[in-house]
Amino acid sequence: MKAKDLLGRHGEDLAVGYLETLGMLIVERNWRCSEGEIDVVALDGDALVIAEVKTRRSLDYGHPFEAVGPDKLARLHRLGAAWCRDRELRMPLRRVDVIAVVDDGGGSPVVEHLKGVG
Amino acid sequence: MALGRTYSVALVGLNGYMVEVEADIGQSLPAFVILGLPDAALNEARERIRSAAKNSGIPLSRRKITANLIPASLPKRGSGFDLAVTMAALRAANDIRATGRTVFIAELGLDGRLRPVRGILPAVMAAVQAGYPDVVVAQANLAEASLVPGATVSGYRTLARLALDFGADPQELALDFEPDDADGDAGAPGETAPCPDMADVSGQGEARRALEVAAAGAHHLLLTGPPGAGKTMLAERLPGILPDLGDHESMEVTAIHSLCGLPSSQVQLLRRPPFENPHHTATAAAIIGGGSGLPRPGAASRAHRGVLFLDEAPEYERRVLDALRQPLESGELVIHRSAGTAAYPARFQLVLAANPCPCGKASGKGLDCTCTPMMRRRYLARMSGPLLDRVDIQLQVERVSLADFGQAGAEEDTASVARRVRDARQRQVQRLGPLGLETNSQVSGRVLRGELRLPPGVTRILDHSLERGILTARGYDRVLRLAWTLADLGLRDSPDANDVGQALGLRQATAAAA
Repeated sequence: MKAKDLLGRHGEDLAVGYLETLGMLIVERNWRCSEGEIDVVALDGDALVIAEVKTRRSLDYGHPFEAVGPDKLARLHRLGAAWCRDRELRMPLRRVDVIAVVDDGGGSPVVEHLKGVG
Repeated sequence: MALGRTYSVALVGLNGYMVEVEADIGQSLPAFVILGLPDAALNEARERIRSAAKNSGIPLSRRKITANLIPASLPKRGSGFDLAVTMAALRAANDIRATGRTVFIAELGLDGRLRPVRGILPAVMAAVQAGYPDVVVAQANLAEASLVPGATVSGYRTLARLALDFGADPQELALDFEPDDADGDAGAPGETAPCPDMADVSGQGEARRALEVAAAGAHHLLLTGPPGAGKTMLAERLPGILPDLGDHESMEVTAIHSLCGLPSSQVQLLRRPPFENPHHTATAAAIIGGGSGLPRPGAASRAHRGVLFLDEAPEYERRVLDALRQPLESGELVIHRSAGTAAYPARFQLVLAANPCPCGKASGKGLDCTCTPMMRRRYLARMSGPLLDRVDIQLQVERVSLADFGQAGAEEDTASVARRVRDARQRQVQRLGPLGLETNSQVSGRVLRGELRLPPGVTRILDHSLERGILTARGYDRVLRLAWTLADLGLRDSPDANDVGQALGLRQATAAAA
């Protein structure tokens, strides 16, 4: 595994831990289809949460949130619909969350969470 | 609280309107939106503000910032809102304390320095009038902003220093950054270029006298004469003999020049009447004011309370000259463009200079002139009748004679002429003040033949001319105005027959243009 993938994996682990402390139920991780990948699928009460996790070592190249543009958001919404079709589920409450993890390796990673974007 | 509120000023022409800037930080992906009809320069503020805040040590929130400029329907232009938007955004993020009713007007550099903007004087005037006397501007604008009476102005060099004074955390601020003042700290107020002296004009007694009369009564002036006679030289010396501007006039003039971008060396109240000398190829927009979007003042407005000199007047496009009729009448120019309407004051003294014919030699006997009579008539007819109707003094200037040319240094200098002009103006204010007027040139025919009626013995020569059809009724009034000015210069309480005769001479000196 390359270093950047390792970092991403690490960030996703942190994000999942964070979501679990919020009382969410993790349904699936790294679900792939022809259109792309969902980092985390979770259940927050009745709502299906499609979570995108962005991880950075520092803010030198911008905040992780800034890496999620309108195209990426639109794709996440499509992927959410694709996941429901694939699982033959009907989830009227569905939202996209973005989680930013900044971990400079100093042992105190910062996790930020935006609910229901786009 | 994720809402910040600051104040700034939007200029439409010379009128400033208070603008309330709200900034809200929303829980959403990073974005920066400016609402309230921003123009291109104001929209670019987003990038300037982000960089400036980051480089000052107080980065903006990594969330969605929405800045709203109220009233939303008023178009807002330019970079002067940078600082107000920044302070509102910082307040919304709780980086600084509330700024209350402080007004912010400055542009931001990427490094966090505050840069000066144009039109700071009218903007601060508007803020004070609207009841917002506390104003923060860039250091380079401080001198100009401080000219406004009643304003409490503070100048800052950097955003970091300003944020510190509004309670930002000094640990984080980049306080050691001190920009060099390449773009102009307003240093010592510079002296305006001295006006050329009347003593330089050799001979030309009649023209010198006409210039003095024009200055004393604020009469418009037409000089015709061959090339080299000294028309331009005379006109350039007119501002020098005009009296200083009063406090109110001075503010008006400085405000217009502030809008046009004062050179930083001249940041002071303009006390001397301005002199505008556009080239004869100038377009209507250049003279009247105009430009894309909101119109900017033209030469006529820059000459407000001063002298607008049109050299080679017949060479101007006719519609440019005729466009001057409105401001000559009302003292104001109202210009309409897509982005709005702007009204600029334009109460100038018009000085026209013209050659007598296209070849310029038709003076005296005109033996060298190669122009046909038709060409000559066409040439001067380019200055339309309605325009010349408003010009009280129409004088023919001849080439200076050898006898006059020889005795250089014998002529009266500007200072002594200016003294007489000042005294004459004072007499006019005393007489016309109760009528709400200031100078003889503003007196209407009704007043001339009413309150200021002269005894028949004095006006006999005029009545005679009118009867014989040499003088029109409008021309009659103009001669009377000039006669009053001559009396004021001669320190007489009302014109005598001699004044009227002289006035008739000044009025009729050129037959060709009549």
